[in-house]
Amino acid sequence: MSTLDPAVQGFVHRRRRGAELFLLLLALAVGVGGYAAVGLGVEDRIPPDLAGYGGWLSVLILAAHVAVRMVAPYADPVLLPLVAALNGLGLAVIHRIDLGYAADGRTTDFAQKQLIWMTLGVVLFIGALLILRDHRVLARFTYTLGLAAIVLLLTPRVPGLGTSINGANIWIAVGPFSFQPGEVAKVLLVIAFAGYLVLHRDALALAGRRILFVDLPRGRDLGPILAMWLISLGILVFQNDLGSSLLFFGLFLVMLYVATERPGWLVVGAGLFFGGALAAWRVVGNVQNRVDIWLHPFDYYRAPRPPYSDQLVEGIFGMGWGGLLGRGFGNGDPTRVTYVESDFIMSAIGEELGLTAVLAVLLCYGLIVERAFRIALISRDNFGKLVCVGLASVFALQVFVVIGGVTRLVPLTGLTTPFLSYGGSSLVANWVIIGLLMRISDAARRPLPDLESAPADDESTQVIKL
Amino acid sequence: MNKPIRTVAVFSLFLFLALMLNATYLQFVKSGSLNDDPRNGRVLNAAYSSERGAILVGRTPVARSVKVDDEFQYLRTYPTPFVYAPLTGYFTRGSATGIELSQNSVLSGDDERLFLPRLVDLFSNQAQRGGNVQLTIDPDAQQAAYDGLAALADGVRGSVVAIEPDTGKVLAMVSIPSFNPNKLATHDFTASAEDYERLDADDSQPLLNRAIQQRLFPGSTFKIVTAAAALESGRYRGPDALVPGGATFQLPQTRGESGLVDNEGRDCGSGEITLRQAMEQSCNTTFAQLAIDVGAEDLLRQAEKFGFNSTALEDLPGQAESVFPEKPNPPQLGQSGFGQFEVQATPLQMAMVVAGIANDGVVMRPYVVNQIQSPEYDAEVTDPEELSEAISPETAETLTEVLVSTVDNGTALPAAIPGVPVAGKTGTAQRAEGLAPYAWFVSFAPADNPQVAVAVMIEQAPGREIAGGQLGGPIAKAVMEAVLQ
Repeated sequence: MSTLDPAVQGFVHRRRRGAELFLLLLALAVGVGGYAAVGLGVEDRIPPDLAGYGGWLSVLILAAHVAVRMVAPYADPVLLPLVAALNGLGLAVIHRIDLGYAADGRTTDFAQKQLIWMTLGVVLFIGALLILRDHRVLARFTYTLGLAAIVLLLTPRVPGLGTSINGANIWIAVGPFSFQPGEVAKVLLVIAFAGYLVLHRDALALAGRRILFVDLPRGRDLGPILAMWLISLGILVFQNDLGSSLLFFGLFLVMLYVATERPGWLVVGAGLFFGGALAAWRVVGNVQNRVDIWLHPFDYYRAPRPPYSDQLVEGIFGMGWGGLLGRGFGNGDPTRVTYVESDFIMSAIGEELGLTAVLAVLLCYGLIVERAFRIALISRDNFGKLVCVGLASVFALQVFVVIGGVTRLVPLTGLTTPFLSYGGSSLVANWVIIGLLMRISDAARRPLPDLESAPADDESTQVIKL
Repeated sequence: MNKPIRTVAVFSLFLFLALMLNATYLQFVKSGSLNDDPRNGRVLNAAYSSERGAILVGRTPVARSVKVDDEFQYLRTYPTPFVYAPLTGYFTRGSATGIELSQNSVLSGDDERLFLPRLVDLFSNQAQRGGNVQLTIDPDAQQAAYDGLAALADGVRGSVVAIEPDTGKVLAMVSIPSFNPNKLATHDFTASAEDYERLDADDSQPLLNRAIQQRLFPGSTFKIVTAAAALESGRYRGPDALVPGGATFQLPQTRGESGLVDNEGRDCGSGEITLRQAMEQSCNTTFAQLAIDVGAEDLLRQAEKFGFNSTALEDLPGQAESVFPEKPNPPQLGQSGFGQFEVQATPLQMAMVVAGIANDGVVMRPYVVNQIQSPEYDAEVTDPEELSEAISPETAETLTEVLVSTVDNGTALPAAIPGVPVAGKTGTAQRAEGLAPYAWFVSFAPADNPQVAVAVMIEQAPGREIAGGQLGGPIAKAVMEAVLQ
């Protein structure tokens, strides 16, 4: 446990639940206002179910708030409003896309399903806070959770259960719902890594050799990193999923670096990853195509044969068309982009709400990530720190990879945009992530038990043995 | 552990900064060029669903946007489809031709000349409206030209162009066969594509604006240019100047039938005849010799002053250049003198030739757009522009007199209008063995105060014999009468 700064030690965090409530009302205004704006923009009327929809959204958010007040009163007051605003905006945009599909003659009820998923997400968020009163309990399940994560990652490969969507084998079908086990595995892996690293950080940090000013780790300590590297490559090769592969490996590297405070791990890891990625690029056709499309999207637009870049280029056209302020709900054509409701939801936001909204969304994501790192900084136990760093990193990486992919900053990979994209597994998993962060921040911000308080009088400081 | 956490936090901050910068680049910096990409379906659809300005003839629209109740809101309609189709072109999603293409920025409202009304629309929260484009066309002349040409025969192919000589305004521009732009502009894209396929595959090329997009041998109408060059050379003066004549002429460096020029039985004397007689009788022998006499270089220069080897009309896309060969040898030059060999001209070009003569030798740049009107009806009128001084006023006067004689006493008689002096010239361009010749007719009137210059070209008129001015003359006459009335 790192020693606390005396100034920090004397500082007591306030609960700020009133501020959270106020921010939540603003977030609700985004969600309900967005829903009303979609109705006005697309159908020229206030949606008839606005009261019911707004009511349900309010109930969910207020329920989350009340739960936080009751069981995590010192938790970070900004996280929940940010998430509520993003989720509300996502719902409105998905509703807009439903209406767009309806105009194209395709019946979808993504928004309704998403609301159900959100309900489940909030229930799990509250459940996590209620059941998990102390996050350190999780450290006991390090290997169980790690194993569970690997099993989950393998399920899409189980015959009859796994389905392939869009070339990536990362889905399982359960009845009418498809589910991405990778989203849940992500959370489990963070906890498992944190548990492992807390125990082994000293061995990983202290032993090693210095080569060219870089402290390189010991050979035998390379075991776990090599194992993780192989798992990442396995995901890439067998599941055709560049995004998840990058996510898991990047996550592991960052946590390793933070736990050991040795940048050498980053060097080794980055080398391994790029080596592996280069090999994959040579061998796996899907990866090659994605890189080609990233570099020359317009050459593959409406190409006579695959690979096509239509999705990416239509998304880019949409965002360009949106410009600074966007076309307004109903005046764009977001459904030209395939899967606009999930991976490409940022292009719909860019098109109809403009750069302004895109920057606002990015700011929200940035704030979530930086709040999470802040919780890591002030957390009093290393396990909590590592879990927070892991969750923040996985969130930041995911946002970067998916939005960077949609805006052509990096090659496109199939990942969902947290809280915005249509997709149950992602939404639920992200609500659980926020639940964990809230739990850890509650522990971090809670005033220390009054054991050490020193009376002002020198004489009374003596410890009296009875 | 806090130091690496801070490092990672700062690194994450940079990731988000990169995302924000990239989004700004995409949506702000690159936005314009993305919107200009011709494959950008959103821009096409938006252009397609806005209220586009009308194309007017006088005050009557020949193309306008009508409000309809479907996703595109406005349907482009053409009230007089076939007559004006070569001018208006058509406008459909993703493609446009004719005025619809060349004046697109005005019609769509994007033109910088419409900046103020656009600003007003922006602040009054109205959708952007397009400006109107008013054509120079005289509706009576246009209709007369179309009717005259269409009445010749079923399956006629041809074109008529009429120009106001002192301004260059195009008063009529007809091309037959024509097409119905309404069928292409329909929101039923399958039907539109099918109709396009059908038109595109049609041998008679209905989508071709023959007035400007097709060049053919001008035949005897080119003799006017040869005569102009001869007069400009200073070696011949006045309508009764003596020029070489004769029933036959053996082209230099040739022997036998193929190099022998004759006059198909018309009276071209023997030895020397007057320029007037040579033009009246359309003497091939005379103009072959005059061309050789003037020389390839001077004849080329004269042709180019009239507009050959370049395009002059700026208002319509896809023009063909009329050509005069750069370096013909003497026998080729002789044939060029009466509009054969490789001389080719569009109907617009031949109309410019006669318009230049009618306008004291000055060729005005032809134009089709008379004015553009903002949605509030502020008009910006096109100013006439001088293209070149092709010939001196004296040469113009001489040629006018010769051409009036050609109508009064010669081959161009069918264009005569009672009480109005008309200058004119026929042309029958020979094609390869077994193919019917092209019939040409060029004229202007009144000869003493020219108001209109016309060129008529008939590529084919099944069942009608193409000879002299029999087919073209009456059409030219009808067009001139329509303008003069």
